Amino acid sequence: MTMKQWLLSSFVASTCLFSIAASAGPIEKYTPVTADRLKNPEPGNWMLYRRTYDGQGYSPLDQINTSNVKDLVPVWTFSTGVIEGHEAPPIVNNGVMFVATPQGQVIALNAKTGDEYWRYKRQLPDDLFQLHPTNRGVGLWQDKLYLATTDDHVVALDAKTGKVLWDTKVQDYKKGQYLTLMPLIVDGKVIVGAAGGEFGVRGYIVAYDANNGKELWRTFTIPGPGEPGHETWSGDDWKTGGGSAWMTGNYDPDTRTIYWGTGNAAPWPGDTHPGDNLYTTSVLALDPDSGKIKTYFQYHQNDSWDWDEVDAPMLIDLQRDGRIFKSLIHPGRNAIFWVLERKPDSIKYVAGWPYVYTDVWKGIEPETGKPIVDPAHKPVMGKRVEFCPSLWGGKDWPSAAYSPKTRLVYVPANENFCGGFTGEKVPLVPGQLWLGTKPEDIGLKVRAGATHFGELQAWDPATGKKVWSHIFPRSHLFGSVTATAGDLVFVGGTNDRMFRAFHAKTGELLWEQKTNSGIMGMPVAYEVDGTQYIAIQSGWGVDAQRIQDALTTNNIGIENNVPQGGVVWVFALKK
Amino acid sequence: MSSPSDQTRRTIILTAFATAVHAAVPRPAAAEEDRPGSDLRPQKADLLVFAEGDQAGEAIKPQDLKPGGPFVRAWPKDPKTSVIRKGSRLNEVVVIKLDPAELDDDTRARSADGIVAYSIICSHAGCPITAWGKAAQGDKDVLKCVCHNSEFDARQSAQVVFGPAPRRLAALPLATADGLLTVAGTFVGKVGVQQGG
Repeated sequence: MTMKQWLLSSFVASTCLFSIAASAGPIEKYTPVTADRLKNPEPGNWMLYRRTYDGQGYSPLDQINTSNVKDLVPVWTFSTGVIEGHEAPPIVNNGVMFVATPQGQVIALNAKTGDEYWRYKRQLPDDLFQLHPTNRGVGLWQDKLYLATTDDHVVALDAKTGKVLWDTKVQDYKKGQYLTLMPLIVDGKVIVGAAGGEFGVRGYIVAYDANNGKELWRTFTIPGPGEPGHETWSGDDWKTGGGSAWMTGNYDPDTRTIYWGTGNAAPWPGDTHPGDNLYTTSVLALDPDSGKIKTYFQYHQNDSWDWDEVDAPMLIDLQRDGRIFKSLIHPGRNAIFWVLERKPDSIKYVAGWPYVYTDVWKGIEPETGKPIVDPAHKPVMGKRVEFCPSLWGGKDWPSAAYSPKTRLVYVPANENFCGGFTGEKVPLVPGQLWLGTKPEDIGLKVRAGATHFGELQAWDPATGKKVWSHIFPRSHLFGSVTATAGDLVFVGGTNDRMFRAFHAKTGELLWEQKTNSGIMGMPVAYEVDGTQYIAIQSGWGVDAQRIQDALTTNNIGIENNVPQGGVVWVFALKK
Repeated sequence: MSSPSDQTRRTIILTAFATAVHAAVPRPAAAEEDRPGSDLRPQKADLLVFAEGDQAGEAIKPQDLKPGGPFVRAWPKDPKTSVIRKGSRLNEVVVIKLDPAELDDDTRARSADGIVAYSIICSHAGCPITAWGKAAQGDKDVLKCVCHNSEFDARQSAQVVFGPAPRRLAALPLATADGLLTVAGTFVGKVGVQQGG
């Protein structure tokens, strides 16, 4: 070793020691996550995808409220170092924040200061085809956390160090199998659902033992021969019929029932898979111990529009028509706002109405809740069919929120979009796109006379009335909504890079902040040492970018100028 | 639906059958993707064969290509062992015939009389290039990845002209021999995505 090399080495060594002491390093105080803490999370924490098992996306914190939100300022930011869609909520457990990003990265941060504890970077395979290069968050259990990856593994990390504890292959990424969701944790089980509805998969939901990664059960969303519902398929269509399950489910601890949404039927044109196609575009009620399907509700039959209904319904105790009942509320990708009643052995239709313009449905059968389709707007093989809304639907996967204070549901809707494609027979090649149309044929059109595209809507699920809405004349709205007890509704989702707070009762815009990129992530509220914070990832990509690209080609004067690159933003009231 | 005992029995029979086949003639029983060399990147003197359609597996001749596009999807094939290198999707290329006068100098030098080949793998998220059509900006036809709308100019070394892709597609130099398209050298540039973070 030369003198110069020796000097360099010792310099590097001392720098490393210094940096470990200064910021990076294991988390010394970490609060284990238990079943009770997930059932009844402390007000200051955000440990589940929507904070609580009921999926309401509501924080009881109210230090930041309608009277002082104008004083909200950034207190720290953190660059994730990657581009593409940053869709995950920053997950917070007693002062420790875990941020998941595209490319299978997890960053552990001090939620108060923004200092890094550790960072995990998955080495994704060179030949990986990432149709949706994103990740929606890490699940927590005891002193571990769980990441679902786009190369179709579930990885357990030591929450204190980021060290890999186990790594389980779910299926083969080379066959178009992948994962983008935040795992649902129920009583020591890590539950994930397959993506791949554009690759001709047969969807499933699968549970692993949180301690060792051992598979406990796997429930296919399309029944096999002899199972109830199989008769809704023809021939071998069920083997490749889609029904992916790529979003986190919600959970009712009282009845021990998981509610999990399912995706589109495959390939897209409905006449390629005749029948109702259970359980695509449905909500499944599952037993967390066995994975057994207790019951279901199908939002529409014989899906032909790529309308995944994977966003799980919210569990809300609803007072409506003179009675209080346990409801499921779901603003569907199929443009219908659904009010359902959940019972241990059934899910019943209560009410449904279009919350954005649609020409696909002529009505809903009142007894069954089956929407009545207009065949003129149902894609088939061999001819171009147009339909509204577009294949991204009235609302895609970004979550709506519910405030038990205002009793309103806040929906990040998209209005005045239509789409279309020509159904075409395409042979299935494992690992390659299998849409039933040419990918380049998929269109997004703006309705003539459209005054706006994005629309943040506040609905009263008791009356079916739209109480207020905020329109975005120059942008779609593609980000999850979070409500707080401060009577605030937080959302990004627009192409002007803004993060906004609205008055939950009136819809008045109270605060906004321009960020580095467009926001398609989920806002969260948390508290450390008596201070309330709001956190969001800003990082545009995936479908928000796709819609933006389509808008720029519609000659309506919208430019494609949303920069990419992820940053975690954390805000608090100015002191 | 078969009973569990039927399934078990069938599994045992299948397992036994598979074992027997492997013991007797292991090589020919292996799938094409598993054969030695099938996941090697394209090598000099490889042939190019159609990856899909009625002519799948047949060697591509210059006259099979329509001037001005569209492209065909192709796999490299080892002419000595006849192994088609489809063991990795990183080996698949798009092949397109363009007017040599329209090509930039580097592209022309790598082309076989205007025929150029690029890795099918988009440098953004690893999706395949699946379309040849009018650019989002301008009137030229370009190579498109419709996953996330990246576009590449096949005449200008496949440089990015639209979308999130960070860099050009890897280029595969071509030649002709005995009336067939052949590979003239290894990929120029990195195939596939480069992870950030």
